[in-house]
Amino acid sequence: MSLLENYSGPALSISGLGKVYDNGFVALKDINLQVDQGDFFALLGPNGAGKSTTLGIVSGLVNKTQGNVSLFGLDIDGDVYAAKRLLGVVPQEFNFNQFEKVQDIVITQAGYYGIKVKEARVRSEKYLKALGLWDKRDVPSRMLSGGMKRRLMIARALVHGPQILILDEPTAGVDIELRQSMWRYLKQLNEEEGVTIILTTHYLEEAESLCKNIAIINHGVIVKNTSTRELLQELHKQTLVVDLIQPYAKRPKLESLQLNWLDDSCFEVDVNKGTAINELFNVFNQANISVNSIRPKANRLETLFVDLVRK
Amino acid sequence: MLAFIQMHHVAFNTILMKEIRRFMRIWQQTLLPPAITMTLYFIIFGSLIGSRIGEMSGISYMSFIMPGLIMMSVINNAYSNVSSSFFSNKFQRSVEELLVAPLPNSVILGGFVFGGVARGLMTGIIVTGVALFFTDVTVYNFWVLSSVVFLSSILFSLAGFINALYANKFDDISIVPTFLLTPLSYLGGVFFSTDLLPGQWQLVSQLNPILYMVNGFRYGMLGVSDVNLVTCYTILISIIFILFYIAMRLLNRGKGIRP
Ligand SMILES: Nc1ncnc2c1ncn2[C@@H]1O[C@H](COP(=O)(O)OP(=O)(O)OP(=O)(O)O)[C@@H](O)[C@H]1O
Ligand SMILES: [Mg+2]
Repeated sequence: MSLLENYSGPALSISGLGKVYDNGFVALKDINLQVDQGDFFALLGPNGAGKSTTLGIVSGLVNKTQGNVSLFGLDIDGDVYAAKRLLGVVPQEFNFNQFEKVQDIVITQAGYYGIKVKEARVRSEKYLKALGLWDKRDVPSRMLSGGMKRRLMIARALVHGPQILILDEPTAGVDIELRQSMWRYLKQLNEEEGVTIILTTHYLEEAESLCKNIAIINHGVIVKNTSTRELLQELHKQTLVVDLIQPYAKRPKLESLQLNWLDDSCFEVDVNKGTAINELFNVFNQANISVNSIRPKANRLETLFVDLVRK
Repeated sequence: MLAFIQMHHVAFNTILMKEIRRFMRIWQQTLLPPAITMTLYFIIFGSLIGSRIGEMSGISYMSFIMPGLIMMSVINNAYSNVSSSFFSNKFQRSVEELLVAPLPNSVILGGFVFGGVARGLMTGIIVTGVALFFTDVTVYNFWVLSSVVFLSSILFSLAGFINALYANKFDDISIVPTFLLTPLSYLGGVFFSTDLLPGQWQLVSQLNPILYMVNGFRYGMLGVSDVNLVTCYTILISIIFILFYIAMRLLNRGKGIRP
């Protein structure tokens, strides 16, 4: 892409973005965000936080109320067509014609980008095969399963060869095996073809294992924007779940640690990160608590996430 | 302009061909009904009642109503093709496929409008075929005939598009055909010559745009008309410009498609 050869700025730049819906609801207050070229970026946040609204504005599906957005330095108002050529979009909700056949959907989308039918056929074959949908090419899209529909939207979003791909909850409703193959595919797209990827997800382990950088949005504002690694380092406390060998009629107390009993034979305990397990055992032994097993509670990122959005 | 067309002709064709494929695929709902309705009109109004009416404007009643009936099918089908297709794109969210693509709104509008024109013309041909079973079809002036059909289908396709932008549910796209299009067609000189109307009603009927389309088309077929041809073209073209302007404004604002 000649356009991009001498551009080195961010792939996506959002500044002062605000959105008030027609009913007066303020969905975005003041979003500022930059995603570098080649990044694999996660936009996280609880339901209704404003993730889809933000990505919708970037994709041209939602009108913004204020602020600026540019893709590879191209303003989405001023250079709208050039900007859109660089962008592929996989929205949260299924948005294809239910009666059209799978391959026709992809070919038609290519046509909207000015790609002639002959070339569109070749490309649609490439992407439908890559996403495991080639066998279904002549099936009306309504007959696909939920996970297949999602993969169809990914194939459709790639057919014009975008430089940046936006995926709004791409793995919702996709089974574990397929999710992992989707991850591999996205990783490959990112690493080998240099496509910048932005995704939203409610599976935090997905963000943790895929994404280099993470922003967390809540009530229409960004509450955290950092690299995944730094975010994980911020977790200085860890919650452990301790199962005991036998139930305690009288629940023991410790001076050094606050035990949060779940039932008579199980409690949770918060420890500083880096605390040696041996030390813990010693403490428990001295209090005559015989431990059966210790495991970390849930996902570490999840704990932090809940902390951040609760504020 | 030329560069614009070159750049977007693939996208325009894609939309147009998709529209044509759609109405061909569901031909039982799109192409068959006008053929049936027309047959009934010809049998009832043309043969049964027409034989008692005798002549209108100096020609047989069957021949007199034929151009108007063809025109009515054309505009109804052009209108409903665009309104139902675009609304269903909204409803199924597949309009988003167009919104994310690098497409000027004029190309989107053009694609859908010419889809409606295609359906209108197709219906016109089918209905004319039906008419051949009942009466002779003559062509007095081919250029008038084809240009009036073409402009009328553009006009009603644009109107159908605007209707679809405003529609929130499927019922909303049948309001205009039921409450506006049908009455205006019946009063638009399909079944009678406006000479039959009392003085002040003749004036009122001249406010009805369908009157000009029907009469322009009748002139193209039979060489008789209640209205002046220049007025007919002026009115058609002016309304097209107005509707095009409105549709473009609504599209640019994202009315009904971009929250
Ligand atoms: N068309 C609309 N009109 C009015 N309010 C809307 C509209 N679309 C979204 N909202 C509101 O804007 C807020 C943000 O919605 P958005 O879809 O961006 O959330 P999200 O972060 O994507 O949530 P989720 O994780 O559930 O997908 C919500 O409170 C929602 O109710
Ligand atoms: Mg969302």
